[in-house]
Amino acid sequence: MSVDLTTSLGSLELSAPTLTASGCAAAGRELAQFGDVSSLGAVVTKSIMMEPRSGRATPRMAETPSGMLNSIGLQGPGIEAFLEKDLSWLTENNVTTIVSIAGNNVDEFGELARILAKVPGVAGLEVNISCPNVESRGQVFACNPVSAAQVIETVRSVWHSDAPILAKLSPDVTDIVEIAHSVVEAGVHGVSMINTLLGMVIDVDKMKPMLGGRTGGLSGPAIRPVAVRAIYQVHAALPSLPILGMGGIRNGHDALEFIAAGASAVSIGTVVFGDPGAPWRIATELGKELEARGYDSLREVIGLAHHN
Amino acid sequence: MTPVGGYLHMIVDAPEVSEVQPGHFAALAVGGPNGATLLRRAFSIHKSTPGETLEFIFAPHGPGTQWLANQRAGDVIDIIAPLGKPFILPKQPIACVIVAGGYGAAPMELLARELRAHNCRVDVVLGAGTQEKLFGVLDLKSVSDSLVVTTDDGTSGVRGRVTDVLAGVITKNNSQAVYACGPMPMLQAVAEVAQANGAFSQCAVEESMACGIGVCMTCVLPIIGDDGVTRMARSCVDGPVFRGDRVRWDDVDTVPSDAFGAPRPGGH
Repeated sequence: MSVDLTTSLGSLELSAPTLTASGCAAAGRELAQFGDVSSLGAVVTKSIMMEPRSGRATPRMAETPSGMLNSIGLQGPGIEAFLEKDLSWLTENNVTTIVSIAGNNVDEFGELARILAKVPGVAGLEVNISCPNVESRGQVFACNPVSAAQVIETVRSVWHSDAPILAKLSPDVTDIVEIAHSVVEAGVHGVSMINTLLGMVIDVDKMKPMLGGRTGGLSGPAIRPVAVRAIYQVHAALPSLPILGMGGIRNGHDALEFIAAGASAVSIGTVVFGDPGAPWRIATELGKELEARGYDSLREVIGLAHHN
Repeated sequence: MTPVGGYLHMIVDAPEVSEVQPGHFAALAVGGPNGATLLRRAFSIHKSTPGETLEFIFAPHGPGTQWLANQRAGDVIDIIAPLGKPFILPKQPIACVIVAGGYGAAPMELLARELRAHNCRVDVVLGAGTQEKLFGVLDLKSVSDSLVVTTDDGTSGVRGRVTDVLAGVITKNNSQAVYACGPMPMLQAVAEVAQANGAFSQCAVEESMACGIGVCMTCVLPIIGDDGVTRMARSCVDGPVFRGDRVRWDDVDTVPSDAFGAPRPGGH
């Protein structure tokens, strides 16, 4: 007997429970040599901006215990080239695509959403209001409930599409539930959590921060308990809000924790760097974990840890 | 696993890996499925017997390479290979120079054999800080027309750097192509000497990588494209071999202000 692993994020039905995580799979194409990208729940693209962007200076990466810091700084081709080269490939290959967008300001988020709302093949929008690799903490919209809501309201006002809007939240806040409430009131259909945590590694031979950008985003299994906690808190406060969970998921057992905490689906991020086949492997493992515990479907387990 | 000078030589069964070209690399998972090191380690492929084995040269210096050094016959290592863009071989039988620093010589025997198969003259310059850091001297001697060794401390060959002798080798043999692998400052110097002496250069760069397959955007460096525009290119999929005259060597570890998508004054 096989377990039903289909799930949904608001209006978006997913044939599989694992998605890629933004920034960890480029725009999907590079993973095609490791598996059928169209069989994933979805590809969540690396955050795209209006203009081409070079990203930050190197070194951009520092490995840390059970994790890594990255300081990429949203390198990307800009929306025009993205539509022409990346989204077209995803569409041609029947990949369910959630496009992640990032703006320097509220208007840019609105402009990106206005463009993408008209493009066929966009199954969902992930609004990255929480990238830590920006020059000013004031640009991390997800750290402030008012700024977070402003971005979502603007995106929502131009989003004439049935595809769900997800707000990507940062765990680097005092109360993530307050931020979640705020974006829900602004009209978001779901939340993605968590983005990376701001961190630093110092090279004590050179006596300076190791990353070119000085600080970076911490990801990987090191942050997994933070993600599970954040998802648990938000699901407890907003039980009907769809949650796409991510943060250090390495195997099916980890994924099951996220589902039990309240996530409807999971994104596989940093572990892809070490194991490009992980999004497919983890879906299979999740099925086995559910089956071993006597469940018939993933849906019946969403948020189950809140009832015991 | 055999010690070779200051390095370890590792041979792995890799029946799934067929064609390997000189300059291709492999990404090796380290630490086991529940270990604390998540990222793969990238190594140039030293040798390959298609459909049978891959060989690597490395020095254990961090937790990942220490783990590799502790593997024993029969242990399973998760490897993705071949990766990256290899050295481009000349279409004509020209005179070529191979320059390598330390274990940068690892992929060069394969390259020398290929060049000779294309009827190219092959002269080799190998350098290292000290004798025990040299690699591949005897092997490369057997597949080249001449070989010069340099060491910083004079414990072997000429005291000095590879670039101290490179211009002479190029001039003497009328070499038209220089192939280099080694640390970044050496590559920069080699590319400059090659250009100053009218030779074309190809350099296999060493940038730290997280994924090795083009998705993480970690291993970038400023590369001038065919259109003259500098882009932050990924050394894993756009390289690791780049034309020496296309790398903005002075700007490595920075984002040049004229690079595609570079930050503009007044905000990004």
